Amino acid sequence: MHHPEDRNSAPDPLAPETVTINMGPSHPSTHGVLRLVVELDGEVVRKVVPHVGYLHRGMEKIAENVTYYQFIPYTDRLDYLAPLSNNVAFVLAVEKLIGLEVPPRCRAVRVLCCEIARISSHLLWLGTGALDLGAGTVFFHTFREREDLYNLIEMITGTRLTTSYPRVGGLARDIPEKLIPELKKFLKTFPGRVDEYETLLTRNKIWLKRTENVGRISARDAIDLGLTGPNLRASGVEYDVRKAFPYSGYEQYSFEVPIGSTGDAYDRYLVRMEEMRQSVRILEQVVASLPDGPVNADDPKVVLPDKKKVVTSMEELIHQFIIVTEGFTAPVGEVYHGIEAPKGELGFYIKSEGSKSPYRLKIRSPSFVTLQAVPLMAEGGMVSDLVAVVASLDPVMGEVDR
Amino acid sequence: MGSEPREVEKVREKFGDALRDVIYFRGEETLVVDPARIVEICRFLKEDPEMDFNLLLDITGIHFLEREYSYEVVYLLLSLPRKRRLRLRARLGEEGEIDSVVPVWGTANWHEREEYDLVGIKFRGHPDLRRIIMPEDFVGHPLRKDFPLDQ
Repeated sequence: MHHPEDRNSAPDPLAPETVTINMGPSHPSTHGVLRLVVELDGEVVRKVVPHVGYLHRGMEKIAENVTYYQFIPYTDRLDYLAPLSNNVAFVLAVEKLIGLEVPPRCRAVRVLCCEIARISSHLLWLGTGALDLGAGTVFFHTFREREDLYNLIEMITGTRLTTSYPRVGGLARDIPEKLIPELKKFLKTFPGRVDEYETLLTRNKIWLKRTENVGRISARDAIDLGLTGPNLRASGVEYDVRKAFPYSGYEQYSFEVPIGSTGDAYDRYLVRMEEMRQSVRILEQVVASLPDGPVNADDPKVVLPDKKKVVTSMEELIHQFIIVTEGFTAPVGEVYHGIEAPKGELGFYIKSEGSKSPYRLKIRSPSFVTLQAVPLMAEGGMVSDLVAVVASLDPVMGEVDR
Repeated sequence: MGSEPREVEKVREKFGDALRDVIYFRGEETLVVDPARIVEICRFLKEDPEMDFNLLLDITGIHFLEREYSYEVVYLLLSLPRKRRLRLRARLGEEGEIDSVVPVWGTANWHEREEYDLVGIKFRGHPDLRRIIMPEDFVGHPLRKDFPLDQ
């Protein structure tokens, strides 16, 4: 390590010397504001110390001071590459807390939202991850399909990024009729597009050299460090919340959970590629079996009434007013609900003391946990592999810092 | 209580009074345990082949004002082979100190740092207990209930 006083004393020219550098917080391959303090011995990484918190917005504190409804938009800003799946995770936790069941159509639409979010998140990971490793072309291909998905998301929610679409006990609105034909078109072309990405990478010699045996983590270490999602499955551990603790009707759909064997960056790549195909399978089943009926639960004290009724009926107007201005009261108790988000297990732990806001809300963020594994994966490797490690783990800082 | 979940039975059998209470809510179990024995209990739940809680999902710290206890530390455990989740809870006095569970699950390192940083709970024996989210020179713990919101 360089210390200022060393410059004055005569250095031993043969002594091993390391250099400490900052990678980030603003660096093209840190995917947001992640700072890694890296100790280098030439090109070899001796030590990595991750520093997080640059995007901290105090969401858990905010949650204690707003109503349950008012917190939904904040969840958009967690993993901002899959806001729909954060929205769903949060409302599921609140529904569990207040003991509310939603109608079958709502459950199916939520699955649809989560799987669209997964594909779009994986596409961004693929495009930017490949870009980090010098394969620029992939980025343009994946962004073409991401655009299609964002158009679908805009159709469903009315917006592209900050979706805030699910509501406690239902959805902001039903999906529009034109969505299903558009989604079908996408599902028809997309598997071919995944093949196309694979022709660019899967057997590409440079890609293999950059990812095979890079950032390896054993199943044992991955479990010890609490990894979940594709990062855990790439090490050969078959844990998927959709299978282990099915929610929102996932048990009705048949799909496979791809797993890797070596836990290197290449396996993490293969696992996510297959997950996109499996998401298409789920979406096809959702489209084929989408139930009719209402999307909102029948609970006027919690669920916002239909807008048309609000302007014509006194009772609905009062309910709307109370829910919007004061919120609803949750019973005393505590719940945890986790979902299989694109990055891993995203969970909300809510402790309620019987008021209109949580007494404490804790977000179990998969990306926060993931970053803890960076030193283990990168130390002893080359500095260029560090970039591959971070890219293959797919962290999102909005979710890390909260 | 013949229908107690196996986890509750085993912890009660093995640790007796250290299991202070069991809370059932919405199909989830929370074991309230003696904070002095937290590491022992965690290690048992992880290593006993019948329990096998090999993954620690999360640690949450909660601050209270005007209660007989000042903090709660909530551990969320997951058994991958058995597909079970379990919650442990320890109540701490004003000193807010509890032994670190990093020796049991490596992932506890950052979770404990976060709860130290934001809530102010001190984890004894933690290998590197420093702030993680807030800047190093930050004063106070924002998730405490007496933290001024207009600051």
